[in-house]
Amino acid sequence: MTYVPNTATEQHEMLRAVGAEKIEDLLTAIPEQIRLTKLLDLPPALSEPEIRRLMTRLSERNVDLSHAISFLGAGSYDHYVPSVVPHLVKRSEFYTSYTPYQPEVSQGMLQAMYEYQTMICQITGMDVANASLYDGSTGVVEAALLAVGPRDTGEVLVSRALDPQYRATLQTYADVRGFTVREIALEDGATSASALEAALTPETRAVVIQHPNFFGTLEDVHTLEQIIHRSGAIFVLAFSEPVSLAVLAPPGDYGADIVVGEGQTLGSPLGYGGPALGIFASRSQYLRQLPGRLVGKTVDNRGQTGYVLTLQTREQHIRRERATSNICTNQALLALAATVYLATMGKEGFRQVGEQCLQKAHYAQERITALPGFAPLFSRPFFDEFAVTTPVPAAALNAALRQRGIIGGYDLGLDYPEYDNAVLFCVTESRTRADIDELVAALEEIAGETHEH
Amino acid sequence: MSTESLIFEKGAPGRTAAELPALDVPARALSELVPSALLRTEPAPLPEVSEIEVVRHYTHLSQRNFSVDSGFYPLGSCTMKYNPKLNEDMAALPGFAALHPLQDASQVQGALQLLYDLESYLCEISGMKRVTLQPSAGAHGEITGLMIIKAYHRNRNEQHRNVVLIPDGAHGTNPASASLAGYQTAELKSDARGGVDVHHLEQVLAQHEGKIAALMMTNPNTLGVFDENIIEIARRVHDAGGQLYYDGANANAIMGIARPGDMGFDVVHFNLHKTTSTPHGGGGPGSGPVGVAEHLVPFIPGPLPARDANGVYSWQDAGPLSIGRVRANWGNFLVLVRAFTYIRFNGPDGLRHVSESAVLNANYVMRALQDVYELPYDRTCMHEFVVSANRQKRHGVHALDIGKRLLDFGIHAPTTYFPLIVPEALMIEPTETETRETLDNFIAVMRQIAEEAENNPQVVLDAPHDSPVGRLDQTLAARKPDLRWQPAVTND
Repeated sequence: MTYVPNTATEQHEMLRAVGAEKIEDLLTAIPEQIRLTKLLDLPPALSEPEIRRLMTRLSERNVDLSHAISFLGAGSYDHYVPSVVPHLVKRSEFYTSYTPYQPEVSQGMLQAMYEYQTMICQITGMDVANASLYDGSTGVVEAALLAVGPRDTGEVLVSRALDPQYRATLQTYADVRGFTVREIALEDGATSASALEAALTPETRAVVIQHPNFFGTLEDVHTLEQIIHRSGAIFVLAFSEPVSLAVLAPPGDYGADIVVGEGQTLGSPLGYGGPALGIFASRSQYLRQLPGRLVGKTVDNRGQTGYVLTLQTREQHIRRERATSNICTNQALLALAATVYLATMGKEGFRQVGEQCLQKAHYAQERITALPGFAPLFSRPFFDEFAVTTPVPAAALNAALRQRGIIGGYDLGLDYPEYDNAVLFCVTESRTRADIDELVAALEEIAGETHEH
Repeated sequence: MSTESLIFEKGAPGRTAAELPALDVPARALSELVPSALLRTEPAPLPEVSEIEVVRHYTHLSQRNFSVDSGFYPLGSCTMKYNPKLNEDMAALPGFAALHPLQDASQVQGALQLLYDLESYLCEISGMKRVTLQPSAGAHGEITGLMIIKAYHRNRNEQHRNVVLIPDGAHGTNPASASLAGYQTAELKSDARGGVDVHHLEQVLAQHEGKIAALMMTNPNTLGVFDENIIEIARRVHDAGGQLYYDGANANAIMGIARPGDMGFDVVHFNLHKTTSTPHGGGGPGSGPVGVAEHLVPFIPGPLPARDANGVYSWQDAGPLSIGRVRANWGNFLVLVRAFTYIRFNGPDGLRHVSESAVLNANYVMRALQDVYELPYDRTCMHEFVVSANRQKRHGVHALDIGKRLLDFGIHAPTTYFPLIVPEALMIEPTETETRETLDNFIAVMRQIAEEAENNPQVVLDAPHDSPVGRLDQTLAARKPDLRWQPAVTND
């Protein structure tokens, strides 16, 4: 079966109605030599129950987070999503709609996007936000492209503590556009102010600082802001853990010009990393250079309030090769999920989530670093992730944890050769004290076993 | 119909829809953990609403949103086909939905196998050698494909190739992506049959001799017309040293019928949210995998899923010539799960039946409308076709008005004013998942509107009549941008 409703008889009648005998009569524009004469070499069709069995088996070859205790973060965070969020997001009036090009019959999605833009401004302290980008990494790319402008002049500085995948993605785009990306060195797990000062040149168009950074460390954003703005560059604040904004000062308060980040964890499943949600917010002065879609409030011909896609002259379908970005389809459904999540958590609930992450991560860090052989890699304050040096090679440690049903932290040596034998642990509000204590006991045991050998 | 107030205008101080377990570790003063200067002084001013308010609010909003599940959606080039519920259930399996992207490969063998197999299916469907699953949407696929082409030319020391040819009927993302990839664009004219004007192509190739990087094409193109000169076009572009890029937006017309690889294309992007039925989500998420011919394999983004002799799956880093990653993690995985489900459900004969039925439905509607709407390219169409409202314009009724009038009948408007080469364009793509009755009803409504345009144009010009809101003031929205709610300022 396929999802084609018309029967062979009906299709035959329809063919006759258009003056054809068989379907091939409608395909004559395709030259014979490129027309397939046999079926594609694909597995045969399966019925719904067969698919379900196949997919369930495949999914069960994975160890998902409901079957393990995870302390893995490093850009993707396991926060609790209340039942109400998927129930509303899965209303098919939302998920089976297209981009709201016909506002008269798309007010639901348009209003939700207006609410999303507002909430992103509320948590970031910025003036405007767009209706989403693909993910955090492409958010950094769009911020950099805005800063260097269509002529690709100058360079962009990025902290070495910016998520390695974000840096790699930015480098891909920089290579093709021909602008320079340079890294700012670190000091004690945070961007070095003196290295930043030394790296800035008159050609520097933007500086990208992640806060909390890839190590979970809090940056000295006030000092960095002063240095960046003295040079005249654009201060791009990036984040991969949006829940940090529940507790930390909003970037608008400390002078960020553009805020980009990953918002998947606000209401959407981790889904092996995608689909994700690119957040983009800025000061109002960049309004007409923003990438992506914007929803604005207006009135209809009956005097009622309504919402429309607006300032579309920035976009590809109007401006074509002079568009501010090529983005078309974005991540609307994830933006909706973030909206429902933030409304559900609300002012008080969101604050509590942030505080619980902070408290639990600090409890875990104290307990782990009290174990013999484990020590904090850095001394700076952190949010819900922290790096520790381990007495056992990180890969071996994580393998031993997996055997105990625990997903350990991220092996920092994979991206930072200078931090070999260091692990980045993440503790969100979803972990209980018992989970943390189990991790601590396991680490102690693994370190002890290795010591004995 | 009254408007729905904003979530910010609902609720009361202290209300919440969330309850967390009590903190079970010793609580410390926040200022002990984080320097005060880095802390919020007050919570973010988010809504304070109860669960029932959240549910009613967003349910009401959903009821003010047209969707495939509520009605016919013949939005040309967007392939608004039915989104199978099975796909949604499969993507929600915890073994897929609750995976962390950085888990060890030993814990995600099922996910890797799915991606590995999906890549091979997409290779087979497109006739390409390898496919990267990373790109998040069609336009993301386009820029990825162009970066691959650029890397290829650079590697041959032909970085001076800086011109991308784009037919005048192309999607707006094509020139935007070319420009984003640092290319100049040159427009190709269409011929009288709606295909690329081969004579003009020849001239443009000569004019930019030695500079041609690529030609970006959709085939069938945005007129719904299959370019019968494709082999000739491919030969000429290749002879000029250029690469051929296939915009897969219209691939719903050709599955199992013809393959871009066999047509001579070097790079193909898919829109899995069109062709393989994954939902559009009100504007995303999509998924835009990119397939390449053998000579371009060294340049594609990595890592790529790999399988060893023992059937163990892993991520394999891309080689030294790769353009690098184009986003974090592996792609829009849960969209890929849905696409995989769809391909396995249909099988090879099913996919062919999908495309054939899409072509039949489009021709069926086109032939039933051509006596009342001008058909600028009168030839058999593929999965979609374009008519012009030129005749209706004589009575002051434009394509836009016809689209708005359709809304009164519970039908979404077609794509209007696109492609740009047809004045007053209405681009209609019925898709294969519609019944004959739905198509017949659409035909009847379109004929009625044509009749109204002649005899009662005001009813068309005033449309929509029954929608939650009437026509909206776009000029006001753009002139005085109001992009966020602000609390009312109280004077006390």
